[in-house]
Amino acid sequence: MANLGPAYYAPYPVATYDGLLTPPEGKALLLTDIVDEEVAMREVARVMLTSENATIFPGPQVLYAWSDEAKKKATLIKEMSEVLNAKMIPMYDYRPKYPKIDPEVEINPNHPNLTIWHNDIKAAIFIGVHCHYANVALKIVRSETDCYTVGMCALSGHEDAMATIRDQHAEDLARFIEIAKEVKQELGK
Amino acid sequence: MSIKNMTKEKNWAGQKLVSTDYMLFEAPREKHFMTGSEVTKEAIKRCTVDASVSYPITPQSEAAHLIGELWAEGYVGMYFRGENEFGVMSEVAGCAMAGARTVTTTSGPGTLRAMENFPMWSGTRIPVQLILMARGINSPLTIQPDNLEVTFMLETGCMIWYAENVQELFDMTIAGFTVAEMPDVHVPIVTVVDGFFVSHTRESVMLPADDIALHPYNPYAAPLPPIDSEMPPGRFLRDPFVMKSNYISYATHASWQWEVRSAVDRSIPYARHYLNGLAHVTGDEDAEIVFVACGTASHQAKEANRELTKLGIKSKVVKLRTIRPFPHAELLEATKSATHIFVPEFNIVGWLDKEVTQSLYGKSEAKIVGRPRVAGGMSMPVEAILHEVLEHVNEEKGA
Repeated sequence: MANLGPAYYAPYPVATYDGLLTPPEGKALLLTDIVDEEVAMREVARVMLTSENATIFPGPQVLYAWSDEAKKKATLIKEMSEVLNAKMIPMYDYRPKYPKIDPEVEINPNHPNLTIWHNDIKAAIFIGVHCHYANVALKIVRSETDCYTVGMCALSGHEDAMATIRDQHAEDLARFIEIAKEVKQELGK
Repeated sequence: MSIKNMTKEKNWAGQKLVSTDYMLFEAPREKHFMTGSEVTKEAIKRCTVDASVSYPITPQSEAAHLIGELWAEGYVGMYFRGENEFGVMSEVAGCAMAGARTVTTTSGPGTLRAMENFPMWSGTRIPVQLILMARGINSPLTIQPDNLEVTFMLETGCMIWYAENVQELFDMTIAGFTVAEMPDVHVPIVTVVDGFFVSHTRESVMLPADDIALHPYNPYAAPLPPIDSEMPPGRFLRDPFVMKSNYISYATHASWQWEVRSAVDRSIPYARHYLNGLAHVTGDEDAEIVFVACGTASHQAKEANRELTKLGIKSKVVKLRTIRPFPHAELLEATKSATHIFVPEFNIVGWLDKEVTQSLYGKSEAKIVGRPRVAGGMSMPVEAILHEVLEHVNEEKGA
């Protein structure tokens, strides 16, 4: 079933096997439940603030200044990591690495579990990763690790993450940061 | 004509840009009398298509030719002929990887000649449309209607929709681009019709005006960046050694394939909206005799339904409009009352019968009869369907 991993020995699409698809516009997905966006934002903030070695994995869409929106998002994601007390490890491109990645400083969609294992990451946000590579990586992470994954997506979301929030543009990230600050205060973190 | 002529309101051909909902559900329509080939041209004309590549093979040659006329008239951005179907499908991939809304057509042996490309299409997440006008692929060679080729397409990772008639072909072609290009779907769409029965038959069809067209494809909303030769899947295509799992985990290859299948599943809500459901049901709601069919076979099944009604026998027809994704939920719901399910098909192997049997295994008590099957250009007379029904529901007396 669609739950926290490790799910199986192979990267089955556990969510779509359960009939779970990307959430409809204006909604978010928390494991098997379609919820309001704010509910998901609060839960994501809570999990990130209470999990060991919480990490943000920013992808190429927010790592390179290819648009004004990308620049705004990059600044906000840096602020987000500070509010969530989270590390940042970039997925700076999708090329296979020779002879292997350095899991201390990078994550790669072709073997994302190596970075999560090496750093003992228990919660992570994928953001700015192109949807296909995010989905490929999320299935592997769910299969191989017990990391709680979050897909913050500018498009339709990722049902293979344990939490996914869709249509996330700069103003939405700013809203998430404000919600995260509230949750942080509530948790006394 | 140039892409530079594109504005926010109009495309390069001067057509007003409209939403798919407006084009399919709201725009006023007028009646025309057209073949499937001609209506393919009319659909493509309204889709702001960037590129099309063609190669002649019966029965799709005319449709391919007419798309070429659209290029000459300034509606399609680029059009050229490939050196064979393998070349065509490869070139189509190149156009789509470069961010072009791309369409092509083929039939029978052409489909099989191009076969390696179709899983490559889905693996590279390109939202191209193939209009497949099915014909026989067997030896002795036939150019006649037969949809055996569809069985080879089932596990390519492409979406497969099946149109019954000229009207559905028009509407599905337009909806096909839209659903295929959804960011969370973004896989190829194969729109199938039975060759000759649809491609060459003139029927009444309701069309919106041709001064409107879909908004152009936005490649920046794709789930992959433009593909280069360093990054998978481009790297896989360039460098066979990377395809071995020395540098990319086996799990990546597995996850990648499952992701393509998940993408097809994600098309379900969009297809339900634009197709008004994945399956259409006609006839008596509580009938114990149910026909499950697609394409022209569903038309013949509806004729059988009318004849059975005259005999006082209740029946209904479940026409499957999508084959990939397979409409499991719709099929189960529509066959709840069934004691006998008949699957008439235009091929010898019964690929739809296998799909139906697998889908209903352990969920339905109904007896599934994969007949009648005709092939190689045979027609499917209503009498053949009635014969099967009467043989099974009247076992003592037979037909």
